[in-house]
Formats: sequence, structure tokens, C-alpha cells
Amino acid sequence: MTGGVAQRIWGMVLRNAFVLRKSWPRLLDLAYWPTFQLLLWGFLSTFLLTNSSWIAQASGVLISAVLLWDVLFRSNLGLSLTFLEEMWARNLGQLFISPLRPIEMIAALMVISFIRTLISVTPAAFLAMPFFGVWVFDLGIGLAAFFFNLLAMGWAVGLLVSGLILRLGLGAENLCWFVIFLIAPITGIYYPVSVLPEWLQPLSWVLPSTYVFEGMRAVLFEKVFHWDLFFGAVGLNIVYLAVCGGVFLYMFRVAREKGLLLQQGE
Amino acid sequence: MPSLPGEDAGPQNVPAIEVSNLRKSYDGKPAVRNLNFSVARGDIVALLGGNGAGKTTTIAMLLGVLIPTAGEIRVLGTDMRRNRHAVLPRMNFSSPYVGMPARLSVEENLIVYANLYGLRKVKDRVRAMAEELNLQDLLKTPLGKLSAGQKTRASLAKSLINEPELLLLDEPTASLDPDTADWVRSYFKAYRDRTGATILLASHNMTEVERICSDVMMMKDGRIADQGTPAELITRFGRQNLEEVFLDIARSPTAAFPNVEAVP
Repeated sequence: MTGGVAQRIWGMVLRNAFVLRKSWPRLLDLAYWPTFQLLLWGFLSTFLLTNSSWIAQASGVLISAVLLWDVLFRSNLGLSLTFLEEMWARNLGQLFISPLRPIEMIAALMVISFIRTLISVTPAAFLAMPFFGVWVFDLGIGLAAFFFNLLAMGWAVGLLVSGLILRLGLGAENLCWFVIFLIAPITGIYYPVSVLPEWLQPLSWVLPSTYVFEGMRAVLFEKVFHWDLFFGAVGLNIVYLAVCGGVFLYMFRVAREKGLLLQQGE
Repeated sequence: MPSLPGEDAGPQNVPAIEVSNLRKSYDGKPAVRNLNFSVARGDIVALLGGNGAGKTTTIAMLLGVLIPTAGEIRVLGTDMRRNRHAVLPRMNFSSPYVGMPARLSVEENLIVYANLYGLRKVKDRVRAMAEELNLQDLLKTPLGKLSAGQKTRASLAKSLINEPELLLLDEPTASLDPDTADWVRSYFKAYRDRTGATILLASHNMTEVERICSDVMMMKDGRIADQGTPAELITRFGRQNLEEVFLDIARSPTAAFPNVEAVP
């Protein structure tokens, strides 16, 4: 009876795999929105191809942006919704009287988020080819770099949100959805950062996702992978993960002080 | 204290629970005031008291999910404040008020918790627990679809999955019919007799306490108002049964009890 960290993380991954494998509506829901977005933006960019010289230079730019934005969005949701499920199930108390440590919970949430993100964006990535002739894997090594950076940023935002919901209760569960959208207008998903007013641009550059979307456009327009943008995103992600992970652990301690772990639920 | 299976020399000789000067306040309001008690290995002890007496708060602190404002807790010889993860694999908890995932089947829940407790041969252990608690036919049923009695058995299976040396129970037979409640009580006794485990239970059911507990701690306003064996308490208060003792304590001012420690 001496299983270690890996077994406890595996236990948490199993808990979520059991939920996913028996619920086709959940699986469908995961893949539905990215596919829906892909089709919407794909047809829009097909139209713009004939009406915009900028889009015409790189036909996959909007579609790639849609897919990468979904990586960030799904990674955040994959982590924060998984945590919320434990609160909805009033299961946090049971989990934390077991030997599961908060840091192991974080690791499990990241693994589950990774799996859910893959389930979400993979069908859309493959559908982009028959529908719009865009093969996102043409981004090459950049795709993996972009994917993992956005995944990490989604984790950071998800940890921050989960910590806040743990502290504030289920009344704050909508934070899961809207916090990530706060950054959408300023992180240059569909347009370059230079489009933003000058005073807003520095704020955009403190987001790791901005480096990813600028890097994506550089690959598509200039056929160049900018390592400086990549390292900028990695550096900021390390800071974001450390800070947001710290906030989650702090909120967990506050929850233990205030007796919230056994009281959570609807 | 009678010698029980599993009791031997070495660390086994330290009490299962030692609590000293334990306090918990929420925003300055005391919920638990200066508790001092210990529970010997192999005992079944009840924590009694009205609503808000501090029973659940005390149990939450013993489990490590609530940080005390002050004081010390040692469980199975381990300081809970400094090293709770060393002892958590050896204890467990069951309460009808703390849920488990309702969409997962009984078997899936038990597999998850067997992994969290680091067990080897997970499937064998789950099968054994199902057999012991008569859950074989319910293994594939989602927890949310079970009756109250079936849920209690499933929760019990989870709480015993790691064969804990210390089992903490919060109103284990609440909302159960008399037959199921009786079965659950018998099971606790048999489990203690077989393994030598220690059981601390918070309950409102005086018959239950008289039947299975060797010692009782009566809590009121976050303090231990009195303690002793059920028979001692009944004699001391000049009553017929534990329920009458409970009512005496619940309805009288705290100062009426000489055993209450003089604390602010």
C-alpha cells in the first residue's frame, strides 16, 4: 500500500476518463465548438481571400488563428471545468482527506486538460483540409511550439480561475468562461498587435499568447519561425504558471483555514 | 483498555488521537475552544453534541482539511500540522454529507479512491470490498442512482478501501432505515474487532452510541462538557439513558458542568 505520486495523479485522470468515456454528449460538446468556429471563420476567410490582399497573402491565417485560439480556450476550460466538477460533486473534501496533495491535483488537472484539448481541436484541425485546403501541420515545428505555449497559458489562467472559485464559491463559476475572453481583443488573435492603439500594445505584449499569434503570422507570411517570439512566450508562461499556481495553492490554504473544502457544493 | 488484534509494541502504543489545547475560530468567533483529549487504539469513541457544538469542526481538523487556530493534533503518533500526508494513507472518513461523484459507478469510484490511496491490486481490493459490503450487484450502477442505504454502503466501502487504522465517521447512520442502520453498526464493531482499528464517530443517535461506543465525549459550545463511558455518564447525571444525559447537557448553561475546562 505504498503507491506514489504517479498513481495518485493516475487516479484523478481515471476519475475524469470514466466521466468522458460514458458520456457521448460531453465528447461531442468538446469537439463541437471548435469545429463550428472553424467552419464559420473558414467560410469567412474564403470570402475575404477574394476581397482582401492581406488575407490573400496567407490563406490559412484566420483558420490557424481560430484553431490556436481554441487551444488556449479549451486548455483553460479543460483545467477549470475539471476542477469545478469536483466542486459540483462535493468531492473536494473526499479528495483532500486522501493522500492526494494539492500539487498532485494541479498535475492531474494539467494532464486532463491536455487530453480534453486534444479531443477538442483535433477533429477541427483535420476538417480544415477538406473544407478549406488548409493543412495546419504545415506550420511545422512551430505548431508544436505554439500548441504547448498556448496550452501552458490556458493552464495558468485555469489555475487562477480555479483558485478564485475555490475561495469565492460556485457563485463565481462563470469566471471559467469570461476571464479568458478578457484577453481575446488585445492578444492579436486575428489581427497584428500593431492594429491596437499604441497605449494598449504594451499590455498585449505581457501576454504569452500575443507572442504565439505574432509568431504564427510570421510563419505564414514570412515563412520564418521567430525564436525570440518563442522564447518570449516560454519565459512569460513560466512566470504565469508560477504566479497562478501560487495563487491556487494560496487559495487552497485559505480554503483549509476557512473550512471550505467540506462545505463546497450547490 | 482491552488488548486488541493489531496492538503490539512500538509506535502502536501511542494513542490513535492526541489533541491538546485545540482551538478554532472563524473571524474571531470560537467554534472549538481548548479541546484536550486522547483516544486509545482500538477504541470506538463517540463525539456527541447538539448542532453547532463543534463536532464536525473537530473531525475536520483531525482529517487535516481544516487548519486549527491553535493547538496540536497527533494522529497515530504523527503531527497533523507538520506531516499530515504521512498519516493520511492510514486513516479514512465517511459522511452522508460529503459526496462522491454521482455519475461514476460504485466500481469506478472505488477504483479512483484505491488509486488515490496508493493500493496495489486495485481490482482485487475493489472486488473484496464489494463482497464484504454486499455491493456486487451495484458495482456498475452510478452512485447517483443508489438509494440512501446503498449510498451509505458505497461510502463505507470507500472509507474502508485502505483498511484504515483510524476511521472517522460523521453521523454514519443518518437517514438510514433501522434495519440498514443496525447492519452498519454491526459492521463497524466487526471491523474494529477484526483489525484493531480505532473509530471516532460524531452522532446524534444515542442508541447507536450506547450500543457500540466504549467512551463518549459530550460537546457543548465548542468544549467537552463531560466524558466517560455511557454507563458512567448515565450514573453521574442520575438518568435512565444517554439521551436524557444529552438533553441535560444541551439544555443547561455550560457553567453547570464541572468537567468543562475554564477557558476564555
